[in-house]
Amino acid sequence: MSEYKLDKDTKIDVAEILKDLEHYHPRRRGWTWREPAPGLQMGPFTYEDASKPLKDSVGLPPAHYFGDIDPQPIPVITTEIASGRFEDDIRRMRMAAHHGADHIMVIRTAGQSHFDGLIEGTPQGIGGVPVTRKQVRAQRKALDMIEDEVGRPINYHSYVSGVAGPDIAVMFAEEGVNGAHQDPQYNVIYRNINMVRSFVDACESKKVMAWADMAQIDGAHNANATARDAWKVMPELMVQHGINALISAKVGMKKKNICLSTVPPTATPGPCIHMDLPYAVALRDLFHEYRMRAQMNTKYIEASTREATVTHVLNMVISKLTSADIQSTITPDEGRNVPWHIYNIEACDTAKQALIGMDGLMEMVELKKDGYLREKARELKERAILFLENMIELGGYFNSVEEGFFVDSGMFPERNGDGISRKIDGGIGVGTVIKRAADYCAPVTAHYGYNNVAQYDPDAVDDPAKLIGGCTFECPDKIQYIDELDETDNVYLRMDEVKDYAGPNAKLIKPEMEWLADGTVMLTMFFPTDVRHAEAAALEIGKRMNLVDCEVINREIMHRAEGTRIEMKGKVAFSINMDDLQLPTVPDVLSDDELWDAIDKKPMRIVAGTIGDDEHSVGLREILNIKHGGIEKYGIECIYLGTSVPPEKLVQAAIETNADAMLASCIISHDDIHYKNIAKVDRIAREMGVRDKLMFVAGGTQVTDEGAREAGADVGFGRGSHGNHVATFLVKERARREQQNAR
Amino acid sequence: MKRDDDFEIRREHLKDLSDAELETRFWSLIEELIDPLLKLGYENTTPAIERSVLLRMGFSSLEAKALVEGCMEHNLMEHGAGNVVYRLSKKDGTDIRTAGLKLMNQGAWEEAEALFGGENA
Repeated sequence: MSEYKLDKDTKIDVAEILKDLEHYHPRRRGWTWREPAPGLQMGPFTYEDASKPLKDSVGLPPAHYFGDIDPQPIPVITTEIASGRFEDDIRRMRMAAHHGADHIMVIRTAGQSHFDGLIEGTPQGIGGVPVTRKQVRAQRKALDMIEDEVGRPINYHSYVSGVAGPDIAVMFAEEGVNGAHQDPQYNVIYRNINMVRSFVDACESKKVMAWADMAQIDGAHNANATARDAWKVMPELMVQHGINALISAKVGMKKKNICLSTVPPTATPGPCIHMDLPYAVALRDLFHEYRMRAQMNTKYIEASTREATVTHVLNMVISKLTSADIQSTITPDEGRNVPWHIYNIEACDTAKQALIGMDGLMEMVELKKDGYLREKARELKERAILFLENMIELGGYFNSVEEGFFVDSGMFPERNGDGISRKIDGGIGVGTVIKRAADYCAPVTAHYGYNNVAQYDPDAVDDPAKLIGGCTFECPDKIQYIDELDETDNVYLRMDEVKDYAGPNAKLIKPEMEWLADGTVMLTMFFPTDVRHAEAAALEIGKRMNLVDCEVINREIMHRAEGTRIEMKGKVAFSINMDDLQLPTVPDVLSDDELWDAIDKKPMRIVAGTIGDDEHSVGLREILNIKHGGIEKYGIECIYLGTSVPPEKLVQAAIETNADAMLASCIISHDDIHYKNIAKVDRIAREMGVRDKLMFVAGGTQVTDEGAREAGADVGFGRGSHGNHVATFLVKERARREQQNAR
Repeated sequence: MKRDDDFEIRREHLKDLSDAELETRFWSLIEELIDPLLKLGYENTTPAIERSVLLRMGFSSLEAKALVEGCMEHNLMEHGAGNVVYRLSKKDGTDIRTAGLKLMNQGAWEEAEALFGGENA
């Protein structure tokens, strides 16, 4: 195996991941839940419902106020990745893991459900990737490295569905995939796969998944997304969950690995929590032995990422008030494009932020034990039971599906006759179910159903693979690895096209949303006009900015006539050479703790004012004022002299108050008056014999460090400077001078 | 079919059940529905199941697909595609892959049929 390792400050090298894949075997199998850490202390806080922290991660934006902590909630957090190029998804997985995702769900390319067998190689996908052994191996291998980096196991997940379910289940078990969607009803209703075939296949798939200790997620969320009124399918959802859960348990899956994919069915502007909470309670009542995968509502998602994020958070309130073992994250841009990197990450942050924000909530509140909530929950359970009774009256599962029982827009027992009906002798794969003969045998591990092993060796009945000296599950070296089948559609060709942009030493760079060097940018604009004109104006602006493939992806009315918000995507047609970039020097900044500590040990006093005939006060106040994060915050005593302070007065005040430093702000800059005034302060201080003992800081929008030093100040702070920059200088300069004097 | 919401009438027999009884009823009805489905799974096989068996026996997906198609064509599926390969390997005294590749590449299907009692077995 290659010696390639990740470095925390270097981009992952996908080309290295692709090496030696034929020899890769997964280092573990099975699903991993997070490790709860009750009473966890992080920074100034104690958490009730957090899990073991990560070794390396990116915290929420305000984390720097609290010592850069990044507390992790208890539910596993999912991110769904679907760009169509698995090599680009690997980089996204690393970013997502560092933002708290430990469940990477790979969406399959359109049409894979109907592919009769395994797809091999690395063809490009549409709305997902073709899931193949090579792609799975590459991603699992990368995740091995990424999980070491963040210090938490990452669950890798895709789909065991379609007409090749058992093939895929076996490949996943061999390759260490940790979780999968598996639900025969999903095939039947949404993929029109023959229902007998689908259930017979499902038994085998589930048996294999159970052997590999994979977590299973069902497909019930699709009913929410498909039904005309998503909240009216609540009774049938419980039925679908129940059928899939119990089949799985009876095939041999552990109940703790069987997860219900449950969606709060309603969304705003409906009173969604009022409608969704009783359903969530009913579900957890009936399925308390199983796990909950809290999926987000996608049925009503629109193009506003803000709106989708609020729905996500409202859904998580339900997760918190009831329970969630796996918390899904729907990317807020799902309503307008194949999700982009930044939105996958945003969604992970939204989940982390909301769940950590609600830490300990259930210590303080509880759901009422009577009244509307319980009555409604009871009603939903009764409706589900009536649904089941009606199915049995009709002669069972298949007859009910033929009757169009599922995805009917009536709230059962109401029926509107618009359900999805499938025929027992119809659908893809019809007529391919074959009765096993008395001598039927399958000499392998994790095979479901009748298996006449005894005809060959009565001792092998409990271990059929013994007949062949072990199957691939016991002897992974028996796995036949196929690298590529298509010379015109594979990862190497795609990577070659963007090789100048790839890897840790790339010379060129372009903005990117989903694929390396895709060049995609998004512009947010407001136009003081109606939607139609705003949209046309946006496209015209894109053209004049030399963007190509411009498309308006979101439009929101501020007022019919007064204005419209537009978001537009487009592509830049040029690249930037990394060597040509001028990087500003990194400001030398001490941490807040270091600054507090230094001033606490030895207090400091400064005098400050805007000097010359200059009435500007805002900039200096921001540097001084505690409210703006100014230097007062660190305990530095500030004597503010106001505006239009004559240079001599600044020096005098410093002497009178026995200050350590003078801060001079100079905004007006015509005829270099700012530097002239700085020079004046320096000269007067020298004349009065105090220049050596006074630190002299100059600042202003047109001041540069170089210019200020030339004029006689010790340092200059220009536009974009903050209190911590100034405080850092003062603390360091004082220490330098003390050291110098001690010599 | 269309039907108005007759929940209040239909629920008569449920309304006095305790929550625990309701839960028991839910799961016993689910069981009643799924037991026949599990039986179907127990007694039947499909091309996907047989391919998955062959994968586990050490064949590639392309080989598994070709072997299952051969078994379908020669009415051998009911015995199990893995079983067909296994019996041939036993008869020939070869390893599993050699037997499978012999079926694929040398069209040894009649030999395989004979191992299961010929065409009308």
